[in-house]
Amino acid sequence: MSTQHLLSLLVENKPGILTRVAALFARRGYNIESLAVGTTEIEGVSRITVVVSLDGQPLEQVTKQLNKLINVLKIVELEEETSVARDHMLVKVRTDSSTRSQVLEAVTLFRARVIDVVSDAVVIEVTGNTAKCQAFLKVLEPFGIKELVQSGAIAVSRGSKSMSEKVIR
Amino acid sequence: MATETLTGAQALIRSLELLGVDTVFGLPGGAILPTYDPLMDSKKLRHILVRHEQGAGHAAEGYAAASGRLGVCIATSGPGATNLVTAIADAHMDSVPMLAITGQVNSFSIGTDAFQEADIVGITMPITKHSFLVTRAEDIPGVVAAAYEIATTGRPGPVLIDFAKDAQNGKFEFSWPPKIDLPGFRPVTDPHGKQVQAAAELILKSHKPILYVGGGVIRADASKELLALAELLHAPVTTTLMARGAFPDSHPQQLGMPGMHGTVPAVTALQKSDLLITLGARFDDRVTGDIKSFAKGAKVIHVDIDPAEIGKIRHADVPIVGDAKVVILMLIAELKAQMKDSKPDYEDWWIFLKGLKERYPLGYSEPDDGKLSPQYVIQRIGELSGPEAIFASGVGQHQMWSAQFIKYERPNSWLNSGGLGTMGYAVPAAMGAKVAQPDRLVWAIDGDGCFQMTNQELATCTINNIPIKVAIINNSSLGMVRQWQTLFYNSRYSNSDLNTGTDTIMVPDFVKLGEAYGCLAIRVEKVEDVDAAIKLAMETNDRPVVIDFIVGRDAMVWPMVPSGISNDAVQYARDAAPIWDGDE
Repeated sequence: MSTQHLLSLLVENKPGILTRVAALFARRGYNIESLAVGTTEIEGVSRITVVVSLDGQPLEQVTKQLNKLINVLKIVELEEETSVARDHMLVKVRTDSSTRSQVLEAVTLFRARVIDVVSDAVVIEVTGNTAKCQAFLKVLEPFGIKELVQSGAIAVSRGSKSMSEKVIR
Repeated sequence: MATETLTGAQALIRSLELLGVDTVFGLPGGAILPTYDPLMDSKKLRHILVRHEQGAGHAAEGYAAASGRLGVCIATSGPGATNLVTAIADAHMDSVPMLAITGQVNSFSIGTDAFQEADIVGITMPITKHSFLVTRAEDIPGVVAAAYEIATTGRPGPVLIDFAKDAQNGKFEFSWPPKIDLPGFRPVTDPHGKQVQAAAELILKSHKPILYVGGGVIRADASKELLALAELLHAPVTTTLMARGAFPDSHPQQLGMPGMHGTVPAVTALQKSDLLITLGARFDDRVTGDIKSFAKGAKVIHVDIDPAEIGKIRHADVPIVGDAKVVILMLIAELKAQMKDSKPDYEDWWIFLKGLKERYPLGYSEPDDGKLSPQYVIQRIGELSGPEAIFASGVGQHQMWSAQFIKYERPNSWLNSGGLGTMGYAVPAAMGAKVAQPDRLVWAIDGDGCFQMTNQELATCTINNIPIKVAIINNSSLGMVRQWQTLFYNSRYSNSDLNTGTDTIMVPDFVKLGEAYGCLAIRVEKVEDVDAAIKLAMETNDRPVVIDFIVGRDAMVWPMVPSGISNDAVQYARDAAPIWDGDE
């Protein structure tokens, strides 16, 4: 049985680093569920958050292989209990005068936000963990989802410690 | 710090010189031309012009494997760079410290599908330890120094630097040494003391230990330490294909090579062992056979400098990350402390192993067709040349026979393509080895198939006075393919005939080919001529030598464990499994 793991990688912001990381997953036969990349509080250091479905032994192997990449500075697995993770999602939903109020009600219930409205559609943004986003989508489905875009999970550990501590010499 | 205005190309040459590089193998072309200009003036760098970039790559590997130093090859952009790919992949699999330098189109043309443009950094990402694209001259000293550090530190491997043409032409203020900025590169060389302690305890509790030695011991230059450890324990030793020479073959504790074509004693000792003391080996499928049934009763101590090797294939009861030399020295000290005056008693184990050694020595039968026995030829090359020589082989039957029938007494005397299995490795690798160790006798033991892939480097050898000896073990076929077709495909020889034997149309005639390249070339067909031919080759040092040994094509490599099957099913010869005493 494989389970989902959320890995956080601090990497040097060098050309090709995303290719190296993604290619390593592909070459070793692991599927990436989601991937999010951005800069961090340290100049020249980026953070890659990757969700991957694996069981224990391959997870150790993929972590070790990632660690061998010269531009990878640090890898941690963020556990659900000790970290917070968020997905960000934009959904374009079909609406008309008869369904709009129902859609807006769902938006309120899920603490989502409408960011664009036209006569036959609305664009909604929602932030939350994967389960919440999936639940929200299920509610919207009957109205007709015209377009969906997701950011991939980003995550940070709880508490005051920072992942980048002791990374930079 | 004093600086000097240099072009990027001059800085590249200067950096290599300052890092102690003395030889580069390469072939120029458009995008690397700026670098070839100052190279011409270098007093410290010897450039050897190859005939194909793959030859440059394997020569750099041979140079590195024979000497333990960094091997360097240079090619131009596009096809020059892609021709290096096989050698880079080979070096990656066999942990060879190598620097591959390639030219690239101007930085402003990258991505436009310019003439001779190839994304070599992208192409080689999965087969290099690391790679760099340099687009600014001022980055060159730092990148070259970093590449050297990465290639030679920790688990060695190939590093590629792709130099855009404008980076080679740009001018800047050169200073040395540069700052090396590699925050993500921290190889662990010193092991945890606790792990070493645990390993010693496990060893002293075991009754049937075996030292399973891999190429890491050679790369770590830890042969002396291994000998001390083995003798302290009086434990049996098996050296993998990559580790032939890491432990003397003449030593009574040596069981020989393990794996698919390993000796019966080595294969069986691993299967029956209760503790694998694994040193710089990686549980390759050619060693383990079916992994589920491999050494089922054994606990595992796994020493490797690469943490990713530990637990990759086989669970390690005691994992130790560190340099083999450092670990072995610590382990010896720890064992001595724990042993006090008593020695571990492996007498029953040795009775079993000695029985295997007596009953199942390596051997071969003479071919039915009256031709030379390939094993005999190879064995005589080894015996007449002695342990100070270097032997490089291609891939296939002749490689296995060379691993089996030549007796290796010292590390770096056996060079081959173990992981990737690259046909064509032998001639250029022997050339590189001869350049690194000019005073040693260097043999390329090659097959008639392999030889046809890279023999153009004989031109390089003749012109540059690199007198290697090439023994073609000519069975007129892709021998290992033929062996598998005999055993597993009902003797249906699909596309494995090469027509190079004396009873065929003989294309090419290797003697004529050797002569065309300026070599001394002879053909040997009779057993009584074998020694004289080998001696003639050894005495001829004004040019390379090619000996075309016409051997029986039906000779097979034995013992053998068929692919994917349990090592318990090792066959001593065809349809002849070892007979056990009924206790298993």
